[in-house]
Amino acid sequence: MTRPEANGASPTELRVRPVDAADLGQVIAIDAEATGLEKTDYWYELFHRYGGGRTRQRLFLVAESGDVIQGFIIGEVRDWEFGSAPCGWVFGLSVRASARLGGVGARMLEAICDGFRHAGVNKVRTLLARDNSLVLSFFRSQGMMAAPFIPLEKDLD
Amino acid sequence: MKLQKGTSLALYSVLEFAANPGRQLSAAEIAEKYGASTHHLAKVLRELGRAGLVESARGVGGGYRFSGNAKRLTLMDVIELFEDISTRTGESDEFDASSDVGRALGAVMAEVDEIARATFRSITLDTMLKLIERQRRAATEAQPATKR
Repeated sequence: MTRPEANGASPTELRVRPVDAADLGQVIAIDAEATGLEKTDYWYELFHRYGGGRTRQRLFLVAESGDVIQGFIIGEVRDWEFGSAPCGWVFGLSVRASARLGGVGARMLEAICDGFRHAGVNKVRTLLARDNSLVLSFFRSQGMMAAPFIPLEKDLD
Repeated sequence: MKLQKGTSLALYSVLEFAANPGRQLSAAEIAEKYGASTHHLAKVLRELGRAGLVESARGVGGGYRFSGNAKRLTLMDVIELFEDISTRTGESDEFDASSDVGRALGAVMAEVDEIARATFRSITLDTMLKLIERQRRAATEAQPATKR
């Protein structure tokens, strides 16, 4: 994930829409730029499951400026995990490095939250690495606060 | 994790300045608002000034004004000027690391502190000002309901 605010594109020129198969090349490049890993199979699989507006519960959106994809956001509605009422869950967000600090991330988050509301939920959550200060700061700047959950893990021998 | 008094005063002060970026505020004004001694607050403001977060204003009344970038400065940036919490693992000497139990309790405290540090690193002054405004609005909206 990268810093989601963007500089290159004015938010007014941006259009946030569901991803198309034709966008995947740019989505993969944006992700590779941020993570250093080109995960082509992963992204096609994700498109298969989340793309094309197949269900109201799963959202894979891109921010487009002209014919350039400036960023993407992915999320879904998660139901009753350990008894928790259904909520929107954002698990992917990235903005092209050359398009930072212009509100691309905010526009995409707004759009996916609209989608979650449309799906009938009124809470959005996400989970990030503690050291990912930039993206954590972005979500904080959008009004997100600590959720009443504690992430846990263990090494599997 | 408990912050020192000077650190808390620095956070109060820097948020007061950031909320009023063009305005000069004196140590006495802030000290009175937060029940601190002017002497202590003056020391805190000098440190904030050395770090470039506030600048002293000349002329009648004097005082300081904000000179930082509220969208970039995090709570951690301010805290680190006054104390080093980067490696703190639990309250120092709280648990005796020479015993198994003490080491295990220390590990739990380290988890708690790491979450606190990540939180401080992720919150900018600008985000804090938005939070303050949201809480102020919520309190105002709640007032008529409480009175009824």
